[in-house]
Amino acid sequence: MNTTSKTFRSNIITLGLVLAFYAVMEAMLKGGMLSSLMKGLLVPLCYYMILAVSLNLVVGISGELSLGHAGFMCVGAFVSAVFARTLGANLPGMVELIVAVIIGAVFAAIFGFLIGIPVLRLRGDYLAIVTLAFGEIIKNVINAVYLGVDSNGLHVSLKDVKSLGLEDGGEVIIKGAQGIGSLPRNSTFTFGIILLLITLFIVINLINSRHGRAIMSIRDNRIAAESVGLSVSKYKLTAFVISAALAGVAGVLYSHNLANLQATSKNFGYNQSIMILVFVVLGGIGNIRGSMIAAVVLTILPEKLRFLSDYRMLIYAIVLIVMMIINSAPKVVEWRKVMAEKYFKKDKKNADGGEV
Amino acid sequence: MSSFLSYLISGISLGSVYAIIALGYTMVYGIAKMLNFAHGDIIMVGAYIAFIVFTNMGLPPVVAILASVAGCTILGVLIERIAYKPLRGASSLSVLITAIGVSYFLQNSALLLFGADSKTFTSLVNIPSVTIMNGEVIISGVTIVSIAASIIVIVLLTLFINKTKAGQAMLAVSEDTGAATLMGIDVNKTIALTFAIGSALAGVAGVLLCSTYPVLSSQTGAMPGIKAFTAAVFGGIGSIPGAMIGGMVMGVVENLSKAYISSQLSDAIVFALLIIILLVKPTGLMGKKIQEKV
Amino acid sequence: MKKFLSIALAAAMTASLAACGSSSGTSTEAAKESSEQTEAAEESEASEASADGEFVIGGSGPLTGGAAIYGIAVKNGGQIAVDEINAAGGINGHQIKWVFEDDEHDAEKALNAYNTLKDEGLQMMVGTVTSGPCLSVVQETADDNMFQITPSGTTADITVNPNVFRMCFSDPAQGAKSAQYIGEHELATKVGVIYDSSDPYSQGIYESFDAEASNYGIEIVAAEAFTADSKTDFKTQIQKMKDAGAELVFLPFYYTEAALVLQQSKELNYSPIFFGCDGMDGILNLDNFDKSLAEGLMLLTPFSADAEDELTVNFVNTYKDKYGETPIQFAADAYDCVYAIKYAAEKANITPDMSISDICDAMEPAMGEIEFDGLTGESIKFDENGEPDKAPKAVVIKDGAYVLAD
Repeated sequence: MNTTSKTFRSNIITLGLVLAFYAVMEAMLKGGMLSSLMKGLLVPLCYYMILAVSLNLVVGISGELSLGHAGFMCVGAFVSAVFARTLGANLPGMVELIVAVIIGAVFAAIFGFLIGIPVLRLRGDYLAIVTLAFGEIIKNVINAVYLGVDSNGLHVSLKDVKSLGLEDGGEVIIKGAQGIGSLPRNSTFTFGIILLLITLFIVINLINSRHGRAIMSIRDNRIAAESVGLSVSKYKLTAFVISAALAGVAGVLYSHNLANLQATSKNFGYNQSIMILVFVVLGGIGNIRGSMIAAVVLTILPEKLRFLSDYRMLIYAIVLIVMMIINSAPKVVEWRKVMAEKYFKKDKKNADGGEV
Repeated sequence: MSSFLSYLISGISLGSVYAIIALGYTMVYGIAKMLNFAHGDIIMVGAYIAFIVFTNMGLPPVVAILASVAGCTILGVLIERIAYKPLRGASSLSVLITAIGVSYFLQNSALLLFGADSKTFTSLVNIPSVTIMNGEVIISGVTIVSIAASIIVIVLLTLFINKTKAGQAMLAVSEDTGAATLMGIDVNKTIALTFAIGSALAGVAGVLLCSTYPVLSSQTGAMPGIKAFTAAVFGGIGSIPGAMIGGMVMGVVENLSKAYISSQLSDAIVFALLIIILLVKPTGLMGKKIQEKV
Repeated sequence: MKKFLSIALAAAMTASLAACGSSSGTSTEAAKESSEQTEAAEESEASEASADGEFVIGGSGPLTGGAAIYGIAVKNGGQIAVDEINAAGGINGHQIKWVFEDDEHDAEKALNAYNTLKDEGLQMMVGTVTSGPCLSVVQETADDNMFQITPSGTTADITVNPNVFRMCFSDPAQGAKSAQYIGEHELATKVGVIYDSSDPYSQGIYESFDAEASNYGIEIVAAEAFTADSKTDFKTQIQKMKDAGAELVFLPFYYTEAALVLQQSKELNYSPIFFGCDGMDGILNLDNFDKSLAEGLMLLTPFSADAEDELTVNFVNTYKDKYGETPIQFAADAYDCVYAIKYAAEKANITPDMSISDICDAMEPAMGEIEFDGLTGESIKFDENGEPDKAPKAVVIKDGAYVLAD
């Protein structure tokens, strides 16, 4: 009973933090107190938080290492961008956005399902490399895709614009590496926060459900879980697909925040997947609130380091290493425990309390 | 026929470079159980050292190779001491992220130190190329040296691991760290030695990579690093002959798919093949079967 | 333990948010003091930043990562022009402040960079350097009605909005001009193309070249791609060119990769005519490059660092003194961009206390009226689409140096 109320309280705090963050930002926005930079960062912060929370579902709760999260984001982004340019072009902004989110989530979920079935049989680092490979495949294929539309419907080619065979008046939508242009840019901070809240709601509910307990028991001891009759692959797949769908949602926010969408190694490659993983690891594996905070800090940090000019990324790398060591080196953790006991006189049980 | 042979040979040439990089990955993974994402960037540093010693200082190639190997070894040990050792005992993910941090650090340091403009690397290997089939198929000297080098390295490594005490200690640590400690093996020293050897290999790889593909910039190591890592997984990560085979398969498949399927999609094809192999053999071509422990 | 971390991170976040809140807060207050009647908060910040009578001109480009060389070149080239103009008394008597931010060659980061520049009081933009991010930034500058001129963003769609101008040639123009040159000079009829299918620049030129080739009696016998993820080994592509019997190989990408293609072609004993675009410029200045490999290489470029006119010689010497490198075409484009802004600003008679939008409205017609000799062309003009009107030079590499081809 005690633990239930404790997780409940912790979840309320998490949701409250998001709402407080929203209220503060919105108030500063209305009061004209936000710099242009911060205004521009509001939507990215939302999708990075969604990405961090959704990856935490796979890495933290399910205990699998995925390095292809950006691939699902890429699917969501491109599918929704194509929708925005075709069927959604004549819809009013908000309707278009909502439908785009649904489509993006569904397609990313389908990809998650198709990839998850074979891949989740693998363990640990092998799973990591296969998900990395999938992310790279998605990026590579999208860079080669040409998609056009004319009165006969959609035309797809992997070669070039000419081979689409569009009739006069046809429109090229995806132009290979040149990507998709003229996107609506209609995602807003409020909408991003709503999506983040939905994400949190789904993830928290899943964790606290029978399903979630099953998934965590599999993470903690697969063989024991199997022996009590839990279907390992089914539960793992559920978590993986939901995580992929949420990454797709983040992708929709991403594509609806930019005028032009291209798949590069920077935004949808393994670099991005690893960046999201950094949010999760730094925020505490399995710690939803921590990963959101880490996403915010690590997105704002490089921007705030701009005054260092040429040394910016170098300092950022050092900060990353130092943070990891402070955060997880056994000796530092030990030292921190000692310090915490000395100064805060907290009882030890609480300090290590099981948070979600 | 002659074009096919040409494609095959350029594939092997690329593959032998992947193989040597993959060896470093596999060594470190096998013993320290960590994905050292900074390995590719150590290669880049090695290539810069060789460039400075050979081209800027005008010293003979042998000195340049030795300097590169020595420099990389020191760098590898330093990185291990400063960034990875404090995290021993922490989750493997923390170490992975730290390795990413080290990788960013090395790339950005190189950018600041050597500038953004690429350098043309003068090949350290000066062996004439061989022509076969009436001059239609050409095998360059560097390719021959790369293949020879990767075979020599494999033989030496296998001998080292099987015949020396330090090598046996490595094997013991890779099998069971806890038991190795109980047997009186200094795990920290063994892991440091592994990093030294892995990084020394990176020095060799840097020289060969840039002798074969002579453009050098701060990003030089990144992508070949990832590809070679994939190759190591292909072959069965932790397995030394696996790294060689994985590297060769990667290089050949990459070039043949460029030649016969699609030059745009060759990356996707290589990665797809990796996935298929792993689904059929979940621990790679030469990987050991994992024993489940209850 | 997790709690500890959460608290620490939360503290860090609050601190950073508070920091940005307060900094922008003070600047708005200061702006309110300086002028009571301001239309919008953003614009007031801008006018406040330039209250001391400086024009704030700047841009963004990759200063880190794989494309850093281009961003750094633009940053440095622009700086030289700004220093010269400031030394000569500035624009309409006002000094220029040159600001430049890193965008990591990424669309999202480019928006961050642009917003940071706005916070620094940006009034006119020279950027962005690379095409992909530029396509996203142009929509933001259109919203703000900010005057923008890109030194090197080549994708056609960049200049659709009236507030955006371009100093380099667009992709379609380069592809078409290359096909025209090859056809009219009867360099070859069987042509092969190697291009970077993951780079919009390279892909764009290839497409327009492909579309125009048949008009000039050129047959494309082979077209092979490579991607950013596999750009070390080109032997397969070269072998295909060889097998298809291409007499000329068109290389519409940057010189770093081109150097590899030339070297590997030599290894394979293949020596067609190689033909490049403006991205090829710089190949002779590659540190330690074996220039004999590039013998006979032709390229269409608006700028060559080896040109002997006074302007180029001065620029190259200043650049070498200051930054220790030979400038590439990107630096020259940036230099010309800053001068274009200067001439147009003088024509439009703008002053730093005008709003961003007013500056832009005044600059747009003025850009159509200027004509000047720059590093990248003589009598540079801009047409109504914002495209430069200048002639590319066809050069051929002989004995390790550029020689004008005819």
